[in-house]
Amino acid sequence: MADTTTLSGNRGLAIEEPLIFELGHPGRLGVDLPEPPPVDEDRLKGCRRQAPVGLPDLSEPQVVRHYTRLSQKNYGIDTGFYPLGSCTMKHNPRLAEKVARLPGLADLHPFQPQSTVQGALEVIDSLAGWLKSLTGMPAVAMTPAAGAHGEWCGLMAIRACHEDHGQGHRRRVLVPESAHGTNPASAAMCGFTVDSIPAKDNGRVDLDALRAKLGDDVACLMLTNPNTCGLFEREILEIAEAVHAAGAFFYCDGANYNAIVGRVRIADLGIDAMHINLHKTFATPHGGGGPGAGPTVLSSALAPYAPLPFVVHGDKGLTLVEHAADSGAKPFGRVKGYHGQFGVFIRALAYIISMGADGLRLASSDAVLNANYLLAGLKDVLSPSFEGPCMHECLFDDRFLKDTGVSTLDFAKALIDEGYHPMTMYFPLVVHGALLMEPTESESRETLDQYIAVVRGLAERAKAGAAESFKAAPRFTPRRRLDETLAARTPVLRWKPEAAE
Amino acid sequence: MSEMRFTKDHEWIRVDGSVGTVGISDYAQHALGDVVFVDLPEAGRVVAKGGEAAVVESVKAASEVYSPVSGTIVEGNAALVEHPALVNESPEDGAWFFKLTLSDPAEVETLMDRGAYDAYLQTLD
Repeated sequence: MADTTTLSGNRGLAIEEPLIFELGHPGRLGVDLPEPPPVDEDRLKGCRRQAPVGLPDLSEPQVVRHYTRLSQKNYGIDTGFYPLGSCTMKHNPRLAEKVARLPGLADLHPFQPQSTVQGALEVIDSLAGWLKSLTGMPAVAMTPAAGAHGEWCGLMAIRACHEDHGQGHRRRVLVPESAHGTNPASAAMCGFTVDSIPAKDNGRVDLDALRAKLGDDVACLMLTNPNTCGLFEREILEIAEAVHAAGAFFYCDGANYNAIVGRVRIADLGIDAMHINLHKTFATPHGGGGPGAGPTVLSSALAPYAPLPFVVHGDKGLTLVEHAADSGAKPFGRVKGYHGQFGVFIRALAYIISMGADGLRLASSDAVLNANYLLAGLKDVLSPSFEGPCMHECLFDDRFLKDTGVSTLDFAKALIDEGYHPMTMYFPLVVHGALLMEPTESESRETLDQYIAVVRGLAERAKAGAAESFKAAPRFTPRRRLDETLAARTPVLRWKPEAAE
Repeated sequence: MSEMRFTKDHEWIRVDGSVGTVGISDYAQHALGDVVFVDLPEAGRVVAKGGEAAVVESVKAASEVYSPVSGTIVEGNAALVEHPALVNESPEDGAWFFKLTLSDPAEVETLMDRGAYDAYLQTLD
């Protein structure tokens, strides 16, 4: 075997990079700053820093190289296929990025007089209008900053409405096993107790089990549709009817909305509240690339409780309602400072306008088609958990790895060596050793064909008895297999200088 | 001390007088994988049969540990907080999660014995 080590530890463009603190050299300067002028009066009244800040001393080229090298170790949607199930890692169009950087939008300050930001308010209002049209819902709370935050916002509106109608004793929230993992956490954050609903063998909610759990202490049901098995809940109308008959609300997790945009109107399903992940469905950056945004559409029953602030049309153009007294409603409060994730709103609106209504409908259709293409290309070598067709994502379990000595984790690590971000692993929990793949509409047929060929090849290699090579993966990354257990049990969260002499 | 009884959610309980000791089964620790975190109930907390009592987190997933019977928590096993790996090493002995005083000792009789639990596990794979 050829010697693969180098003198430097670098391997071509894969450069070993120390921490920036380890690069520092005391006294080295990037910029010469003048001595600060003498101060006559100590306005801090003796409140001075007692210890050095502890920043490393570096030159400018060292800093530039350091962060450039770190960025080259990154894997994102701009570098390759990213089939992370239930995360909708779709392409972020450059047009939307360009619009978001226009000075008239990028250089705004949230405290500017409203008369000077009419265009920005129109962005919020137009996007709200699109979200309401697409879902058929009468109202939308724009300010939640991410999906789980939107869930929490919807649940707070539900709680406020129940309390307003003398139903404050409704404290139980029903969450199916196939729901998104954040749902029970959001319910608990709101002070509700969580009651789990089992799934049927076909991966969908057990309606009889749901009916048995309904009662006059139930605040709402939280359903994800399509669910995290990539399946549409076919009995959703019966589910909505049962929930409403029990006096409860119907919350839908919109994380998988990309499967049904332009195909299904949320209002027609009997849903009272649903958050929309702009960073998934409407193509804005996420996963380390940018903040999310989780506007929450609300039914007419919940609309009066929507949080502040919101945009209204008035005599002086568009204005922001910032105070409950001015709202003519019963807002439950605020969920975020300022006016929501405005930079995300711009990108989402630019995406929506550039796609048009017909384009949005085509995108969701193509997302479903691509997922079914993956399912069809892999179903004879992997083990699909449920009968197809699927929606926007396809779910496999680890039966195909039985007796190979290879686990779902090992399989995912081997995919890293092949240059792919792995699929979602071990989620949803309703199947054993889950592998959940979501290609989105962004991917070309060639990309999918290449990925299918790689996954098929890995599955055949695993079955042929190559467990050792899977256990050794990844081999071509800056670091080899990481000890995740040790990292979780004894995390080292920050660099510390070696003890001074 | 009584024989070990099991739940369908893979907790076990052993009863000594009026005090029960609860943990998770060897099957459960194996299914979870390497345990990295354990959250235990405070002494004095009242738990219901089948109600959430503790949390166990592995590199794969976080799961609730349900109380096999109703009662009042006497103590949690502080050793698990420092060394979560004990759950993998000694699930049905040293790595007990909590002790509780039983409010209805008859509830124990509704749980599976070792033979019934092993038969139940056969139906899962």
